[in-house]
Amino acid sequence: MAKRKPKSEGEMTWKDLEIGAIVTEPGNASWYKTGDWRSQRPTYDFKKCIKCALCQIFCPEGCILQNDDGYFEADMYYCKGCGICARECPTGVVTMVEEEE
Amino acid sequence: MAERVGIEVSVAIGDAARLANVDVIAAYPITPQTHIVEHLAELVANGELDAAYIPVESEHSAMSACLGSAAAGARTFTATAGQGLELMHEVLYVASSMRFPVVMTVANRALSSPLSVWGDHSDVMAVRDTGWIQIFTENGQEVVDHVFCAFRIAEDNKVLLPVMIHLDGFHLSHVIEPITFPEQSKVDKFLPPNSYPLPLHPDRPVTMGDFAPPIIYPEAKWAQEVNLRASKETILKCWQEFADIFGHRYSPVESYHGEKAKTLLLTMGSFSETAMTAIDKMRGKGKDVGLVRLRLWRPFPFEEFRRAVAGAETLIVVDRALSFGGPGGPVCSEVKAALYGEAKKPKVVSFVAGIGGRDISPSDFETIVNKGIKISEKGSPNEFEIFGVRE
Ligand code: SF4
Ligand code: SF4
Repeated sequence: MAKRKPKSEGEMTWKDLEIGAIVTEPGNASWYKTGDWRSQRPTYDFKKCIKCALCQIFCPEGCILQNDDGYFEADMYYCKGCGICARECPTGVVTMVEEEE
Repeated sequence: MAERVGIEVSVAIGDAARLANVDVIAAYPITPQTHIVEHLAELVANGELDAAYIPVESEHSAMSACLGSAAAGARTFTATAGQGLELMHEVLYVASSMRFPVVMTVANRALSSPLSVWGDHSDVMAVRDTGWIQIFTENGQEVVDHVFCAFRIAEDNKVLLPVMIHLDGFHLSHVIEPITFPEQSKVDKFLPPNSYPLPLHPDRPVTMGDFAPPIIYPEAKWAQEVNLRASKETILKCWQEFADIFGHRYSPVESYHGEKAKTLLLTMGSFSETAMTAIDKMRGKGKDVGLVRLRLWRPFPFEEFRRAVAGAETLIVVDRALSFGGPGGPVCSEVKAALYGEAKKPKVVSFVAGIGGRDISPSDFETIVNKGIKISEKGSPNEFEIFGVRE
């Protein structure tokens, strides 16, 4: 599983920044919580799923992983709610619903 | 032994950069900076300076190449003037924001149009807020000394900021002056190798110039501001040590018969030397007048400046740039802002003079002082006076 940020940007002070705001941890883009932007979330009717992995291939965040039962499910830390998985799924597994406030 | 030679100031800057052991020079030639980079190109081509000289296609590229060089931890030098400095503009911010210790001499030049290759401070003032440390010099010796000081300040790990050394185009860049060059061993001792702490290296990958959403941008900018202000301490320490070793003393604000004078003139750059001649003449005639020269332009030396003018009744600021439609010369605006909160302060009079290379003679300075005193007594309907324009 990808690394999660130890301290969120909102908690960081100017003193926590490296000189010139240089980033010294390689690969820490995985800390970036793109799930923050979401206004809709994917829901699943796995009974219809044929495990074709098309949703995983099309997801622009690369955040769809196989769960313990082998179904393809979004990691909500990263899922930005774009709805592409719902559009591409050939069997209509995915339905986008509004995020509650 | 230190060597004293008669030499063109631009060429002397190249020699100073050689003594400072620069690793990379990326520059584009522009009048009146040309002789500086021409001489450096020659030194590299002749094998007298072991450095990479990157001939680029524009000043924007010159500064961009400097960023890459500084990011790799190389001692990086460049020079420009006028339009060239303006073409660099956006990259100047990147250099200071990314905290790269680049050193640049700027042969100050007027801005187009009409086209003028001659000297004034329009180029400096347009890059005032780019976050660089900025130092004005008055003669060739000061420029040479500041090539060493600038690298020492810029590369200090407490500072890590780029430094601009301002010298007046032609009036200073193209004159031949007697200049003392220190011995290599002394320069090496004063200026240890660049120790930039996070140089690009495959073993230690970093991301420079990253994206910053609103949640972190103000923190990044505040860190930069705190750091630029704090750099004054290192600048003062560097000048002190330089004086101890090389005997030349520098301060953020320098006074010439200014301590007790009723009327003060404020200048920056090479025409401060002309102003000193004028002050001598006027004091000879019994006039109670002195001179204050602003050396450190950024970070602005608020305390030193307020102390230097505290006793005066009138302060006449002579700018070499216009702030169109504004309250006066750009330096004068800052001076007024610095004094606004003071209980006791001199009356400030703003003059703009010597733009586009127009000469200002000692007798012109006398006229400016006399006019300035009159304005401070009787007032003026104008925000500022432009000196010597035919009306
Ligand atoms: S909505 Fe679907 S495609 Fe879009 S980010 Fe979330 S999981 Fe990926
Ligand atoms: S695209 Fe639809 S059917 Fe294919 S794996 Fe994803 S959810 Fe299952």
